[in-house]
Amino acid sequence: MHINGVEIEDTFAEAFKMWGARLIITAATPQWAETAARITTGFATSVIGCGCEAGVERLLPPSETPDGRPGASVLFFVSSSKTMEHQLLMRIGQGVMTCPTTACFNGLAGERQVKVGGGLRYFGDGFQSSKLLEGRRLWRIPVMEGEFLIDETFDMGKGVGGGNILILGQSAAATLAASEAAAEAMRQVPDVVLPFPGGIVRSGSKVGSRYKFLTASTNTAYCPTLRGQVDSALPDDVNSVLEIVIDGLSEEAVRQAMRVGIEAACQPGIVRITAGNYGGQLGQFQIALRELWS
Amino acid sequence: MTKTILRLRETSTLPVEADVISPDRFAELSREEVAVLPVLLGRRQKTLGDLFEVEGDGAAEIEIQGDLSHVKWIGQGMTQGRITIRGNVGLHLGSGMQGGEIVVQGDVGAWAGAQMAGGTLRVQGNAGPLLGGPYAGQGRGMRGGVIVIDGDAGPRAGERMRRGLIVIQGNAGEMAGARMIAGTLVVLGRLGARPGPGMKRGTIVALGGLADGLLPTFRYACTYQPVFMRYYLRRLQAMGILISQEQMEADCQRFTGDINTIGKGEILVYG
Repeated sequence: MHINGVEIEDTFAEAFKMWGARLIITAATPQWAETAARITTGFATSVIGCGCEAGVERLLPPSETPDGRPGASVLFFVSSSKTMEHQLLMRIGQGVMTCPTTACFNGLAGERQVKVGGGLRYFGDGFQSSKLLEGRRLWRIPVMEGEFLIDETFDMGKGVGGGNILILGQSAAATLAASEAAAEAMRQVPDVVLPFPGGIVRSGSKVGSRYKFLTASTNTAYCPTLRGQVDSALPDDVNSVLEIVIDGLSEEAVRQAMRVGIEAACQPGIVRITAGNYGGQLGQFQIALRELWS
Repeated sequence: MTKTILRLRETSTLPVEADVISPDRFAELSREEVAVLPVLLGRRQKTLGDLFEVEGDGAAEIEIQGDLSHVKWIGQGMTQGRITIRGNVGLHLGSGMQGGEIVVQGDVGAWAGAQMAGGTLRVQGNAGPLLGGPYAGQGRGMRGGVIVIDGDAGPRAGERMRRGLIVIQGNAGEMAGARMIAGTLVVLGRLGARPGPGMKRGTIVALGGLADGLLPTFRYACTYQPVFMRYYLRRLQAMGILISQEQMEADCQRFTGDINTIGKGEILVYG
């Protein structure tokens, strides 16, 4: 199968069950809302090293936020539902509550709830107060600037993490340009985030290492500089590989993001699109690339 | 959807106790059975059919027509369904209601929504004293649900309120939110004299300013734009209440009190 002359390899992306949460962060200006969103989702590229994966889903106009101010929608994904509360407490506490003018609302109707505002409220040292309207409890925490407003609980739903595509190009420049185009197309898809920097990861990993203390190491089969030293997976004319990882609130959202991303990435200078997997042994989802259009 | 229409046969100045007019009581009753439900006219035992023409069947919606200024206790303790009243109505409307909706196309008497725990009470006219208040000897008034008054409200609205939301689009009488325990009372018009005496917690919002200042037991805190008010005002907009963008973005003065108690209540004064 080829798109614009680019080979779509007959393989699949191996993805995992995850728990997802959506935060709506609002602020006095779009800039402050985005600042809080970026800070809160920073250092959240991989559950392996960061405890969670997160990203900015999209920026929101005032008409779409609970308090009528500019906002940002961010998604968080964790492997275990137990870790979500800790991650949200830490990240909202340090990234949103500290940011001038912000408020933080639950943005998902999920099947489980974690207490976040109900935990952060203690920062108010006894002067916190809550408002309960239509079954929704909001905590008002006094801060030096005024008040920080946050939902007592945030919902979690089952999601899919680790959807991915690998873009194999003739040059680093062509591969980066195609990856940027793919990431931009994927960002238009609702319910997904791309947790890596700019949505793109250059240091894809394989399971295991020659060092016993490491559980993952560089994906040697896709490193162009190692072509002569390892069992390389790269065609002769490929000199650079970039990966895009997609986490979504549903498998369909991840599939849609992969589909539009691949279409956008099939540009001149790109040789092949493939995907990372572990032989189907680890993940609960196998997303076949060639079936994305069926 | 099933609907029962009650038409008052003739207006009387004698008080009528009609707590049987409730979707819960009408449930699974035929029109004939509804017509023989007991009511009190003064001290005389009557049936609903004696005082009202009964039309239709079912309990999902009850529509009542006529001047019900002397009819009391309609919708008492109701948990579901909807009551629409086309006219004025007397005391204790929706007292202790736990769910459902009451809409009044007229004025309501005292103790409307008294000690209500849930549901929605919408009055398109004015409300009498002790809106959402407690009965004598009771520690708590309204403890849940939403009351919206399109006109003015009498004295002591939201007295001993524990939870829930009261919105008065007109002016509020004196001593609104007296001994308030928690909850939110929003007045779009003028907030009457001496609001919040003895309040412990909770929020009184004077969007249209004060009629006669505050008690000296409330202390000025700051002038700011509380974000939670933006959330609340947007929810009020969703309920069909006219809120301007200027109101949404206005500064308010925060006063805390009553320091005669624990002093964690607040009065937010706009304008």
